[in-house]
Amino acid sequence: MTFAAARAILRKDLAIELRTRQSVPAMALFSVTVFVLFHFGLDRNEIEGSLASGVLWVTLLLATVLAVTRLFAAEREDAALDGILLAPVDRTAVYLAKAAALFLYLVLLEIVALPAFAVLLLGPDLTDALPELLAVLVLADIGLAGVGALVAGLASETRLRELIVPLLLLPLLVPVLIASAKATKPLLMQVSATTDLGKWLGFMALYDMVFVLLAVAVFDYLLED
Amino acid sequence: MSEALALDALERRFGERNALSGVSVRVPAGATLAVFGSNGAGKTTLLRVLAGLLKPHGGHAEVLGSKLPDEAWKVRGNIGYVGHESLLYRDLSIRQNLLFHARLHRVPPDRVEERIAAVGLPARASDPVRELSRGMVQRAAVARATLHHPALLLLDEPRANLDPAAAEALEPLIGKASGKTRVLVSHDVERTLAEADLSLGLRAGRQVFAGAADAKQVRELYA
Repeated sequence: MTFAAARAILRKDLAIELRTRQSVPAMALFSVTVFVLFHFGLDRNEIEGSLASGVLWVTLLLATVLAVTRLFAAEREDAALDGILLAPVDRTAVYLAKAAALFLYLVLLEIVALPAFAVLLLGPDLTDALPELLAVLVLADIGLAGVGALVAGLASETRLRELIVPLLLLPLLVPVLIASAKATKPLLMQVSATTDLGKWLGFMALYDMVFVLLAVAVFDYLLED
Repeated sequence: MSEALALDALERRFGERNALSGVSVRVPAGATLAVFGSNGAGKTTLLRVLAGLLKPHGGHAEVLGSKLPDEAWKVRGNIGYVGHESLLYRDLSIRQNLLFHARLHRVPPDRVEERIAAVGLPARASDPVRELSRGMVQRAAVARATLHHPALLLLDEPRANLDPAAAEALEPLIGKASGKTRVLVSHDVERTLAEADLSLGLRAGRQVFAGAADAKQVRELYA
């Protein structure tokens, strides 16, 4: 039943996003704008290695903050969350649905942001590194979505959520940032370099598992009175 | 189950302030409890406690045979709540909202169209809630609250924003004719007393009377 309810909530969230187009376009526009700013701010047409990796992941992380801040926006209007809380569904369904929605938003964001990054800033060709990069992106997105949905739930009923979300979320995501930047760095080099990809992917998988399980365990209490 | 609601010295606080204190009342299944009190008396807080949306901080509360807050999960899905807010998603249509709630409550989808017809909104069922008048939103909220055939209706000014014809049309769903146990909050003293089996008077969160009440007693609450 939890998964059926989660599917219903996810379907509803996607229908709202499709109608309002508030989260994904904002994230994509923000990311492209930041890449343009870096392009001019660094005064370089091409970057590579750790600089490229850092710019990419910090931008994606900050774009995530935008979506997390809005993740419960529809529920806040007209107390719609109460409608879910009155239904015979496990509160975990809300978490799973929100995390899945955020994961999909991130995938859509990256479909726009990666080509923009490649065109505006990146020196090396991404084509060869794409399979490895996709693995990094998937594991990083699970971490961002898992922690993002938890923080969104925590901040949803607070008045200062625009402040609380980044203050809580960004420190929690530092391990994801380190691992994804380290894993991506050799993939964005002009010349091939030795890579610890397996180690960092393993680290991210562990991080994802720990935080998703932790979130599933505590989310019920976040939505309690 | 003979009693749908059993409250004994119920308490609820917000910080240091007592929003409900010493509320005791028993409501048989199928009966209507009218709750009276001026603004801020604790009526909405009482409904939210009964719905399991707020935890009681003291006393004893039993709803449909389940003790709150420990067994609140048992009564979820058996309560129809109409509050000040519609609990609907403004960017979805009435139909999308009701289909969403039908999935949560495991109600067959064909019941959605039946409810839309029952509240007289087939022509606007595909419009986003954001574009509807307040009266229409209220009708949609009633459709949502009664979609899953709840045993207990918690109704906070359910006829607010409704024209007389719409209010009449909703009677089979939320009126005495529904046959459900109802907790009804309304400032329409005469009409509410006429359809109530029991009354509860609240002043600043404290119970002033419970049981049979007359219009004079109720009016004194608002004095």
